[in-house]
Amino acid sequence: MATEALGWLGVPLAIAAGTMRGGTPFLLVSLGECLTEKSGKINLGLEGTLLTGAMTAYAVSYLTQSPWSGVIAAGLAGMVLGFIHAWLTQQPRVNDVAVGIAMIIFGSGIAFFLGKPFIQPSAPQLATLALGGWSANASVQEALRISPLFIIGVLLAPTLTWFFKSTRWGLFVRAVGDSPDAALAMGISIAKVRMLSIVAGSFLAGIGGASLSLYYPGIWSERISSGQGLMAVALVIFARWQPIQCLYASLLFGGAQALGPALQSIGITQGYYLFNAAPYILTLAIMIATCSPNRKISGAPGALGTSN
Amino acid sequence: MNTTLTHQSHTEVLVPPELEVVRMTKKFGHLTALDDVSLHLRPGTFHALLGENGAGKSTLVKCIMGFYRPDHGDVIVDRHSRTIDSPRDAHRYGIGMVYQHFTSVPAMTVAENLVLSRYETSNFINWKQELQALDTFMETAPFQVPLSTPVSQLAAGQKQKLEILKQIYLKARILILDEPTSVLTPQEADEVLGLLRETVTQGRLSVLIISHKFREVTAFCDEITVLRKGKFAGTGLVKNLSIADMSEMMMGERRQPKPVHKTTHLQQNPILQIQQLHAHKDNGAEALAGLSLTVQSGEILGIAGISGNGQRELVEVLAGQRPATQGQILVNSEVYRSTRAEMYRHRVYTLPEEPLRNACVPHMSVAENLALRTFDRPPQSKAGVWLVLKMIRQMAAGLIDTFKIKTPSAETPVGNLSGGNVQRTVLARELSSERIQLLIAANPCFGLDFAAVEDIHGQILAARNQNVAVLLVSEDLDELLKLADRITVMSEGRLVYESAIAEADFATIGRSMAGH
Ligand SMILES: Nc1ncnc2c1ncn2[C@@H]1O[C@H](COP(=O)(O)OP(=O)(O)OP(=O)(O)O)[C@@H](O)[C@H]1O
Ligand SMILES: [Mg+2]
Repeated sequence: MATEALGWLGVPLAIAAGTMRGGTPFLLVSLGECLTEKSGKINLGLEGTLLTGAMTAYAVSYLTQSPWSGVIAAGLAGMVLGFIHAWLTQQPRVNDVAVGIAMIIFGSGIAFFLGKPFIQPSAPQLATLALGGWSANASVQEALRISPLFIIGVLLAPTLTWFFKSTRWGLFVRAVGDSPDAALAMGISIAKVRMLSIVAGSFLAGIGGASLSLYYPGIWSERISSGQGLMAVALVIFARWQPIQCLYASLLFGGAQALGPALQSIGITQGYYLFNAAPYILTLAIMIATCSPNRKISGAPGALGTSN
Repeated sequence: MNTTLTHQSHTEVLVPPELEVVRMTKKFGHLTALDDVSLHLRPGTFHALLGENGAGKSTLVKCIMGFYRPDHGDVIVDRHSRTIDSPRDAHRYGIGMVYQHFTSVPAMTVAENLVLSRYETSNFINWKQELQALDTFMETAPFQVPLSTPVSQLAAGQKQKLEILKQIYLKARILILDEPTSVLTPQEADEVLGLLRETVTQGRLSVLIISHKFREVTAFCDEITVLRKGKFAGTGLVKNLSIADMSEMMMGERRQPKPVHKTTHLQQNPILQIQQLHAHKDNGAEALAGLSLTVQSGEILGIAGISGNGQRELVEVLAGQRPATQGQILVNSEVYRSTRAEMYRHRVYTLPEEPLRNACVPHMSVAENLALRTFDRPPQSKAGVWLVLKMIRQMAAGLIDTFKIKTPSAETPVGNLSGGNVQRTVLARELSSERIQLLIAANPCFGLDFAAVEDIHGQILAARNQNVAVLLVSEDLDELLKLADRITVMSEGRLVYESAIAEADFATIGRSMAGH
C-alpha cells in the first residue's frame, strides 16, 4: 500500500486526510446545531437527522444515479424532521431534550426501515476535487481528494458568522435565543424564528448525512453514524456557539476519529479500539472541562435549556 | 434611507400626539384588573400614573401598548380612536414603552440592540454606516451610552438609559415608563428624569410614568392620574396637590408615616458571624474579598453600597445559592453551611432580591410557594412524606389574608402576580414563622408602594424588637438610615465603613460608597 511507502510520515498525512473526511459530517451538523441553539432550542435529534440524511442521499443517488440529487434530497429529508422537532418543542410544557431523544429514535428508525433495501447495492458517489495533482506520490494524491461538501462547510462557517452579525435575521435569531422576552417586546415572532432556525439547522445536518454515505465512508449501513450527531452537539458547546470555532472543533474531532485507522495503516494494531474511542473520550473530556458549578459557560444563548 | 430620516427628525420639532384612554376595562378571568378607567395625557406634559401594588397600572399601559386586548374602552390618539394590537401598532402612533424589566438582549452590544429595535431595518446591516448614524444620534440624545459595550456589562443605570434611548431612537413622541427608577440609585434616577424633563419642557416629548416615589412625582411631573383597586381614583395637577392628598387618593384614607420605635435590649449575643469570606462572581471574578461582620440579636445591621459591589453574592452565599471559596459563616457560634436542616435548626430566613427568580417557583401556585419552607413538616405533611394539601391551602389562605397579597386565587401561578405582590408572597412565607432568629433581607422594598413599604419596615422593626438579628442589604440609603442600628458600606467585596447609626455621617457614607 502507498502509505507504507511513506512510512511514519504516513501517519500525519492519514490524519490530515481523515480530518477533512471525518470532519465533514461534524462540521455540517455542528453548524446546523449552532444555528439551532443560537435561537434558544437544543436539537439532539440531529443524530437521527444525520442517519435519515445518509440513507436518503444514498437511496436517491442510487435511484436517480445523480449524487447531487441525493445531497439535495438528504437536506430536504432533514428539513422534514426539523419541522417535526420545531413544531413539537414549541408546544407548551414540552421539553427539548425529551423531544430530541424521541427524534433520534424516530429518525434512525425511519432510516433503518426505509434503508434496508439499499444496504447491498452501490450508489454513485460524489465526485471529489483532486487537489493533490502536484504530487507524484499516490498517497498524497489520495489524501488530498477533497469533497465539495467539506468546502461548502468551510465556507459556511464565516458566512454564518457574518449572518449572525450583519443581517437582520441573524440579529433576530440571537435576540430570540438570548432573551425571548426582549425579542417579544420588539415584536419578533419567537415561534417563527425558532421554526426557521431549527429547519435550516436540520437541512445542514441532512447534508452532513449525505457526506457520510456519498463521500466517507461512502456506504450505507445502520452503524454509519455511530453517535456523530450527538458528538456534534457537544462540539457546539466546546466551540462556544461560534461558527468559526465549530470549524476548528470539527477538524479536531475528525482528526481524533482518524487516529485509529491511521495508526492501523502503518501496522500499529495494538490498542486499535482504544484509538477508535478517541472521539468519545474527547467528548467526555470536553464536557468535564467545560462544566463548572460556579461559572456560566460564556457565550451560551441565555434562553438555552429554559422552558420558554 | 433610515439614516436620512434620523437626521430630519432632529431638526423639525414635532408636537407629541395627544393620548386619551376612555373607559377601559380589562379582566383576567374573574379578576377585574381595570374597571372603567380613563386617562388624558396632554401633549408635552410629564404625567404620573399612581396607585398601590396591584392597582392595575401596568395592566393599563400594557393595554395602551397592545400587549393586552382590553375588554372594553378606547385608546384615542390625536382625537381618533385607534386599534392597537401590538407594540408595533403603538410605535406607528408614536408611542413607545420602557418596561418594568429590561428588554435589551444581554449578549448583544448597545449598537446591535439599537439597530435590532428598529422595526424597519434593511435585511443586511452595513455596520460602518449604522455606527456613523448612531454616533450622530447619540450627539443629540439626552444621555449617552457606549455603543460597542455588550449590554450584559452595563450597570443598571446605563441599561435603563439604553431602554429609554431605544424609544427615542425609534422616534417615540409619547414615552411610557413603568417604574423606570426602581433599578436606579437616587442620583441616577434624578439624572435620567431630569434630562427627560428638559426634553418634555422643550415640547418634544410627552411622558407617562408609573412610580411609587412621591419625591420624583413632585420634582418632575405636571399632572397625576391615580388608580385604586383597578378603578379611576382621581386626577389633578401636581402643583395643586400635597403628598398627603396623593396618598389619600391612592389608599382612600389619610395616613401619616408611622414613627420608628426601637426597643433597647439589655442582653445581646452574636447570632451571625462572618469571617474572612471569599466568593466568586458568575464570571469567576472576585465578588467577596475577605468580608467579616457580626450581627447581634435584636439589632439591624445595614449594608449600604452601590449595586455590583458583592452584595448580591453575599446574600447568595448566605442563602446557600453560591459556594464560598474561603472563610466561614457561624450562626449561634456553629459553622453554618446553609443546608435546609441548618436553616431550620438555626431559624434563618431570607428575603433575597428579585424574589421571583431567587425565592419562588414561578409556575407553581401562590399556595405552593407559600409552603416551600414548611411543606415537609407537620401539620402540612405526615411523616415528612405525605403532603396534607388541605393544611397547605389553609395556611396559604391565612397568609394571603394577613399579608394582603392580591391574587385572583391561591391556585394562581405566582409568576402572574404583580411585582409588589410577588414580594409580599415571599415576605409572608419568610416572616410567618414565629421562631425566626436571623433574618437576611436584600432590597426588601424594591418596587413596593408607599403603604407596603411602611408595612414591611414595620414588620422588620417588629422582628428586631423581638430580638431577631437582622442583616439588611439595601441600595436605598434612606431605608437604611431609618431602620438600621449600625450601618456599614460595602465596596469591592469588603466593608469599608462602619458606624453606629447615631454617629453615622452622610457625607462619609456617600464617599465610601463611591469607593474613596
Ligand atoms: N397576566 C395576568 N394574569 C392574571 N392576572 C394578572 C395578570 N397580570 C396582572 N394580573 C393581576 O391584575 C392586577 C393588576 O396588576 P398590575 O400588574 O397591573 O398591577 P400594578 O399596579 O402594576 O402593580 P405593581 O405596583 O405591583 O407593579 C393584579 O392583581 C395582578 O395579580
Ligand atoms: Mg406594575
